[in-house]
Amino acid sequence: MITLNHVSKWYQTFQVLKDCSTEVAKGEVVVVCGPSGSGKSTLIKCVNGLEPFEKGTITVAGISVGDRKTNLPKLRARIGMVFQHFELFPHLTVMRNLELAQMKVLGRGKEESERRGMQLLERVGLQEQAHKYPGQLSGGQQQRVAIARALAMDPIAMLFDEPTSALDPEMINEVLDVMIALAKDGMTMMVVTHEMGFARKVAHRVVFMDKGEIVEDAPTADFFGKPRSERAQIFLSKILQH
Amino acid sequence: MFSNFDFDVIIRSLPYLFLDGMTFTLMLTALATAIGIVVGTLLALMRLSAFAPISILAAGYVNLMRSVPLVLMIFWFYFLVPYIGQWITGAAQPIQVGAFASSLVTFTLFEAAYFCEIMRAGIQSISRGQVSAAQALGMTYPQTMGYIVLPQALRNMLPVLLTQTIILFQDTSLVYVLSITDFLGAASKVAQRDGRLVEMYLFAALVYFIISFLTSRLVRRLQIRTAIIR
Repeated sequence: MITLNHVSKWYQTFQVLKDCSTEVAKGEVVVVCGPSGSGKSTLIKCVNGLEPFEKGTITVAGISVGDRKTNLPKLRARIGMVFQHFELFPHLTVMRNLELAQMKVLGRGKEESERRGMQLLERVGLQEQAHKYPGQLSGGQQQRVAIARALAMDPIAMLFDEPTSALDPEMINEVLDVMIALAKDGMTMMVVTHEMGFARKVAHRVVFMDKGEIVEDAPTADFFGKPRSERAQIFLSKILQH
Repeated sequence: MFSNFDFDVIIRSLPYLFLDGMTFTLMLTALATAIGIVVGTLLALMRLSAFAPISILAAGYVNLMRSVPLVLMIFWFYFLVPYIGQWITGAAQPIQVGAFASSLVTFTLFEAAYFCEIMRAGIQSISRGQVSAAQALGMTYPQTMGYIVLPQALRNMLPVLLTQTIILFQDTSLVYVLSITDFLGAASKVAQRDGRLVEMYLFAALVYFIISFLTSRLVRRLQIRTAIIR
């Protein structure tokens, strides 16, 4: 579904991604973790072309992201993305947030968009909030709306960029629950997160990054059981000791 | 001390002052603002373009307009526009566009430069994440700007835009240099005709003050009401 082949990226002279290769198969859940500044957010933003990259190739459903001829908006419409800071549109109601891209990008009618939007709000347990503005919701609720907004486009895969990092601790679980349910339904997911509990529970594979490199790419059980690289061992010991 | 003054002249000339003068002033202000904001927004998008020639062109225009006195622009356009019209249409005579059209073109082009800077600040106040979110949903550049960035930028900048409009309202009085009957022009004509300079100019100042003051009050209340909850 998603294939990254020797991807490298530079900010001027500083190399943020070094020869990164991995893939996410259809229906697979891959967690990307690593210390901050390791390039994991940059990597996931390359997948739907929000960040350009200089070397290597990324293909999503057979379409090359870096190719100049690729219609990026059309490709992005098929890949859902959830951001660290939710990025709901504050000037639109929750329902309008869910409808807008369905109508303007997919060309769905108003009624159909609203029906689909409502279905997904129910799925994330927020149907009562449809006519509120994002600013009136808690962080956890906003992030669930953001997930519903991405799902309303009926994506073939979902990208999550640290979806719980900006949340208060008591709101993390409500978001993770939605993501776990999504994973169990067979959604193809690439998730940048520090939530190792989530990784253990639903991830098929864990990709560990450090200093712009993919240091380890292993099935979940192997990664938590016996990480081969020293850097992954140090990272895990820091993050799991509590 | 007012015994030598004749304030009755104001009452007698009210219809002329408001029906002729103020109508012109308000029409000019409203149209120049509306078109100026549209042109200014386009200029702002050009200035923020990653394509250097476009952004340099827009920046050059804005800097030029902001470096020339408005009165000079009014003169220039009044005398130039007929010839430009002649040049474009290939007519035998300079095209007479009339005082209103000429001042509308001047004020629109002039104010567009100021509205451009306001809108540019407004667009830059919208976080990069909002743009990313719109793009991630498959929106194109015009959709991202039209549905997500510009509505928020416009709302954030509404008080500043309206304040600029109040300044524009006052600046339209400069058209009196072309002997146009705007509000100040009308007051000035009556003043000259009846020899009542002090009364008429006092009254004109009062009217400009009241309108500007009340609208700026309104702007402040609007500012509180339209703030987006974040």
